[in-house]
Amino acid sequence: PKANMSAEEAAILTHLSSGPDAVIEDTLTWSGQSKLDHKAVVGAVKSLQTDAYVTASDLTKSYFDLSAEAKDILANGSQEIIVLGALCEAGEAGISMPDLQAKVGKNVCKIGMGNCMKNKWAKKDGGNLVATKALADVSDEVQAHLKALADAGGSESAVDAKTVQALKRRKLINLVTLKSYRVGRGESYAPVRKKKAADLTKEMLDSGAWKTTEFKQYNFQTLGEKVGGGYLHPLLKVRAEFRNILLEMGFHEMPTNKWVESSFWNFDSLFQPQSHPARDAHDTFFIKEPSQTVSLPEDYYDRVKTMHEVGGSGSIGYRYDFKREETLKNLLRTHTTAVSSQMLYKLANQEGGFKPARYFSIDRVFRNETMDATHLCEFHQVEGLVADYNLSLGDLIGTIETFFKKIGIEKLRFKPAFNPYTEPSMEIFGYHPDLKQWTEIGNSGMFRPEMLAPMGLPENVRVIAWGLSLERPTMIKYRIKNIRDLFGHKVDMSRTRMAPVCRFDDLNTE
Amino acid sequence: GLSRSLKIFLGDMDAPVYQLTAPDKMETMTVQQDATSTVRPFVVCAILRDVAFTPERYASFIDLQDQLHRNLCRQRTLVAIGTHDMDAVRGPFHYDARCPDDIEFVPLKSSDDTAGQAFTGRTLLEHYETHPDCKHLKPYVPIIKDSSLYPVVLDNENVVLSLPPIINGDRSKITLDTKNVFIECTATDLTKANIVLDTVVTMFSEYCSQPFHIEPVRVNYVDAAGTTTKSDVTPALSTRRVQAGVDFINSLIGIQETAERMVELCNKIQLGPATLEVGPDGRQQMLEVCVPPTRSDILHPVDIAEDVGIAYGYNNIVKRVPHTNTVGGEQPLNKLGDLLRDEIGRAGYTEVLTHGLCSVRDNFTALRKQITAAVSLSNPANVEYEVVRTTLLPGLLKTLQHNKSASFTAGFKLFEISDVVLPDDRHAITGTVVGARNERRLCAVYAGPTSGFEVIHGLVDRVLTLTEVAPEEEYGSNSTKGDEEKFRVAREGWCYTIRELTAGDADAGTYFPGRAAEILLTSPSTGGERVRIGTFGILHPEVLSAFDVGYPASCLEINLEPLM
Repeated sequence: PKANMSAEEAAILTHLSSGPDAVIEDTLTWSGQSKLDHKAVVGAVKSLQTDAYVTASDLTKSYFDLSAEAKDILANGSQEIIVLGALCEAGEAGISMPDLQAKVGKNVCKIGMGNCMKNKWAKKDGGNLVATKALADVSDEVQAHLKALADAGGSESAVDAKTVQALKRRKLINLVTLKSYRVGRGESYAPVRKKKAADLTKEMLDSGAWKTTEFKQYNFQTLGEKVGGGYLHPLLKVRAEFRNILLEMGFHEMPTNKWVESSFWNFDSLFQPQSHPARDAHDTFFIKEPSQTVSLPEDYYDRVKTMHEVGGSGSIGYRYDFKREETLKNLLRTHTTAVSSQMLYKLANQEGGFKPARYFSIDRVFRNETMDATHLCEFHQVEGLVADYNLSLGDLIGTIETFFKKIGIEKLRFKPAFNPYTEPSMEIFGYHPDLKQWTEIGNSGMFRPEMLAPMGLPENVRVIAWGLSLERPTMIKYRIKNIRDLFGHKVDMSRTRMAPVCRFDDLNTE
Repeated sequence: GLSRSLKIFLGDMDAPVYQLTAPDKMETMTVQQDATSTVRPFVVCAILRDVAFTPERYASFIDLQDQLHRNLCRQRTLVAIGTHDMDAVRGPFHYDARCPDDIEFVPLKSSDDTAGQAFTGRTLLEHYETHPDCKHLKPYVPIIKDSSLYPVVLDNENVVLSLPPIINGDRSKITLDTKNVFIECTATDLTKANIVLDTVVTMFSEYCSQPFHIEPVRVNYVDAAGTTTKSDVTPALSTRRVQAGVDFINSLIGIQETAERMVELCNKIQLGPATLEVGPDGRQQMLEVCVPPTRSDILHPVDIAEDVGIAYGYNNIVKRVPHTNTVGGEQPLNKLGDLLRDEIGRAGYTEVLTHGLCSVRDNFTALRKQITAAVSLSNPANVEYEVVRTTLLPGLLKTLQHNKSASFTAGFKLFEISDVVLPDDRHAITGTVVGARNERRLCAVYAGPTSGFEVIHGLVDRVLTLTEVAPEEEYGSNSTKGDEEKFRVAREGWCYTIRELTAGDADAGTYFPGRAAEILLTSPSTGGERVRIGTFGILHPEVLSAFDVGYPASCLEINLEPLM
């Protein structure tokens, strides 16, 4: 076997060859004498140590080095003492700033005067600086501390930690760490290092050398190599799992690739009155260009307008003047229900008439809100709905329970809520096994008859629906506190790399 | 209000019955409809007699008005409430709209330096717009500022009581000693005005010496000739009787309550007195309830059903799963996107999710592109959000910028599959043309010690292989395709090639000269023509520096929709 040693390894092993008790007393001084780089020597010692060629005991020491300024203080006293001396000399009348600068020097004046004021050794009297303490009444603590350190060879124990901090802050001292080792022979010492093989190679297989080669011990406590490859985004992993769940439940995905929407579909078709506060610019992104919807299904528009203005199908309506310019205003959709509405309209008007359906979507919605740790202007809404004859609130509760059970939330409570386009409406609360507490997890309701009737759905067709954000369950699942760490360009790619697979079936196994 | 509802629910108290009193002489409000219709057409009024104000009730009275102004009244644009000490003024009252310079009055104190000072309509609005102490009033100024006439409420001596929807007069201000309160609600929406007035009087008539008694006011609308065209008695205190089928309620909520039990529940939740009637078909049992003026939210029998459901308790409803028989299905475009996400992830790219809203700089100028049409926002709360992106690239470059500390030595690879929005005034969905459409894109970036142009080029070929598109004969004929090529699976009539992007091309500026290409697809739907579906290349150094990226980088951006 060939000896492939570094120059430093060879020098160390040679030095130790003089006898079993041969030692290098201190690698630092030895490197100097041997004209070797000390860092490389330390590396060689560590490498030899792993194969037990040498033993090494740590001589590493730290000490405080005094700066030039500190040495000056040691000789002449601290700046504040020099300044106080000058002030005392000037007597009760004091001395002007320029005169003081001329006398003690600009730097000493600046630092010294600052400390004198802080220590209340001096005051400003008109334009002049006047001493308030006699030189004899104060002591030069800084000088004393520096002397104590210098006398102890910079030892850390010479002064207390608070003093060290204060001196460091004044940039008077600096901690220096000197690594060095005492090195002796190890149990496997040999004058020449035989390097053990780290890995099995093709050459070894071809030549059969693997039979005689000595292999290094493997450190089983180090992590394996990174697998490389690519990584999927945590929110989109959750989206994929939610899609799976909804598909399993027989839901059909809605085409939600439409961010720009008319107020008509986003609000009016849902029977949300034109004066509703959610339609304020504070909540909704209105569009400057193209500002207006070009065309609408006019028959349906008329039926919606009538429903708002005078009601129908058992409703008294909102009784106000429905404005066309308001309905045509373009916006970024505030909910995917804008698409659900279109799907229901199509369902009512498809060839062969209405057929029961289950629909879902997971896509972006936009709110013109102030952003904080849990709110962004864009987020993903998960929405599911079932349209069928004579559905009840009991069906909604049952459907919601099936869904949430699949994402690991089994205990649910329902609370009445107000929502302009559903009646009845329920807030969904769940006991979250990850958070170990009850929390609001979604919203739900039955679409109002005033929304369904103008679409042309049969009278006893009811539509139950529920929704939640995709971000919140993802933040809980991946322990993310700030939404900016999940969505947007500020996400740390390391977080994406470390995100586990998305499964919910492990939540309730305790 | 809340404690009253609780007492009634628990049966400790009967639901209040609101009554209009019959005064000897009813107070009147005359509306000059030709003038008011130009700015704020409607007014409704009521009087509360012998109110016992305490500091708490007074504060709650002010708070109720603030709440209503904020919500129902939509920041006073729809309705504005004015309340006056009835003993400081005298009817008959008038509601008119007058030239701003002809209006003279002393408003409630809004700043110390102007207490008791008289203003004209015009000077008052200017004062509120500019005075630092009047910030709370400034938002309402634009509601009438540009009208040629400003609305005013006047007393019998033509003294201005209030300048709605801005401020009331000082003379008639409510104090703790006020006994009789005159309330006027001016409005652009009469339905809302009635609801607001009903809410105020039902909440505060409790503190009248005769609780729940309200004195009405006659409101006469007169035209220019002085002819009365309409005469209302307000408040409307609209109490309606509404019917909802017992079977309907049971079916909607999913319960089996008896009709008698429903009557009991309705009485508890202030929808009483409830009765049972026979439906129009002569058989169906109908629950008839009384909707008090406080319940303007009840529009339809479903609202009655909801209240019954709430009284029953949502958590007591027996859950069931709808027997609806349906088959699940995915949107093909989303399915393709998810399949490609998996494959591109396997190819070593890390997925990002970036914002759809960005600045004009990021979307155009920083990419060395001409500013062209994009969907722009009219009122963003965040100044950075000027447009909806027309390209995914800025999001990826900003991600690189924020991950500077990551290792680039082996190449840093990112991708995103998401939507951009493009102006389009022909694209119709559900009979609706909004003037824009989404487009599903794939964007990928490589950044490292070298540009990685060939790495990105390889991804282009990979994506087209995955979507069953073969290279044109000519394209790739110089490279060693190896044995792999014989395993290619491609769709009949689908092929692609790449071509250098010419210097004058709109997308060329983003790329390094001579290192930019377009991807051309031929498919049955392109009619045998080559159609550009995307571009790729080395990013121009000025683009990199605009996004503070310190490494050479290449990128591709492809429209996925033609690959469906």
